[in-house]
Amino acid sequence: MNAFRTILILVAAFLAVFWASAFNLVRNLLGAQIDLLPALVVYASLCGGLTSVSLLAFAGGLWFDSLSANPLGVSVLPLFLIGLVIYVLRELILRDQVYAQLVLGLAASAAVPVLNLILLLTMGYEPLLGWGSLWQWIVMSLGGAVATPVVFIAFEWVHRAFIHDHAIESSFRPDREIRRGR
Amino acid sequence: MFKRSHYIALGLVLVLTLVIINLPSRTTARMKLGIGSTFLPLFGLANATQDLAANSGDALLSRSDLVRQLDSLRRENQQLKLQVRESEEAARENARLRQLFGWQQRTRKKLKLANVVLRDPANWWRTVRIDLGSRHGVTNNLPVLTGDGFLVGRIDTVSHNSSQVVLIGDPHCKVAALIENDSRDTGVVGGAGPLEGSLVEMSKLSRNANIKSGQTVVTSGLGGIFPKDLLIGTVVDTHSVEYGLFSVARVKLAANLGALEEVWVLFPQ
Repeated sequence: MNAFRTILILVAAFLAVFWASAFNLVRNLLGAQIDLLPALVVYASLCGGLTSVSLLAFAGGLWFDSLSANPLGVSVLPLFLIGLVIYVLRELILRDQVYAQLVLGLAASAAVPVLNLILLLTMGYEPLLGWGSLWQWIVMSLGGAVATPVVFIAFEWVHRAFIHDHAIESSFRPDREIRRGR
Repeated sequence: MFKRSHYIALGLVLVLTLVIINLPSRTTARMKLGIGSTFLPLFGLANATQDLAANSGDALLSRSDLVRQLDSLRRENQQLKLQVRESEEAARENARLRQLFGWQQRTRKKLKLANVVLRDPANWWRTVRIDLGSRHGVTNNLPVLTGDGFLVGRIDTVSHNSSQVVLIGDPHCKVAALIENDSRDTGVVGGAGPLEGSLVEMSKLSRNANIKSGQTVVTSGLGGIFPKDLLIGTVVDTHSVEYGLFSVARVKLAANLGALEEVWVLFPQ
């Protein structure tokens, strides 16, 4: 079941990167493209294992960088760090609450691009920055926040469609059965 | 709070990331192209979907509309044929005059059409991917134009089947340009800001430059990447920078970079 979930998360990450690159409606309307990887990281951290988080950060980051002018590997670390923090604190989070998902999605989507830019600037790159970047950051954060509950709903739907729930064990045990005689 | 497994995972990801980032640039470029090519099947799917949408739209056109369009295209075609004949005559005359004055002959442009298949998913770069690669003869730094011949950018990295184009306005695409006025003021065109999709800034202009709104900006041919006289855009306004030592002009791009679907790659003859 965990392997299926991990595969599903990776497929979703692949499609999310392709979507961000191929479909430009949001970019043309709002001036910024929404990154869905942070929302997936939130889902993987709350519902998957550490392997899922690591694989998602690694594969998703590399896919993202391969279609971008970013140096290869620069997006991996921010995604993983955010995922690890949420994973460590996940026992304290009410993961089923939409509000919690929204807030976590907002925080993750806000933190990932900032960490990415800090890494790029540290490495000596000169990305396109200005006051307009603030607007782009707000759009990315809000977009990621809205996308996170949607990701949870979508994965829940896929799970229900493909995976059976565990059968609840009955308390009946034949060896403890009281046989009544006549 | 942190367990041993967390530290191991963090260390593993950190080491792998550092290794990839510190690989030689040629290796990472190859890796990037290899990983990027995993999206190739989806390029086709996206194009097929767009074609399907376009074709279904075509099916809705009536026969009379099609006949009307055909007539207007025929007329346009005849006009264009006439213009081509005139421009060929002008080119011959130009060549004769150049020979007469002993000037170097101008080389003709060789173009190849490419489809824009993907855009940069990051908001801090301006690049697109086109479906022409090294097997079509594309090499680094070739200029890229719109269908109307306006400058779009240059080829940055090339793989077998696709190439990455750095658009004008990206920090990696600086263009030596001149303003078509009496003093032929020269400067460098670069990005104006992350939200300014249709505007760029022309810097390094002399403070005495006689720049007016509406003047045309073209490539100057300096720098060795872009040939001379490719249209970039028109001047919007100017302001002084660096304590009045230089001027900066805001230029409205002639090309609509937000709606690029097909572009021309300009090959040297």
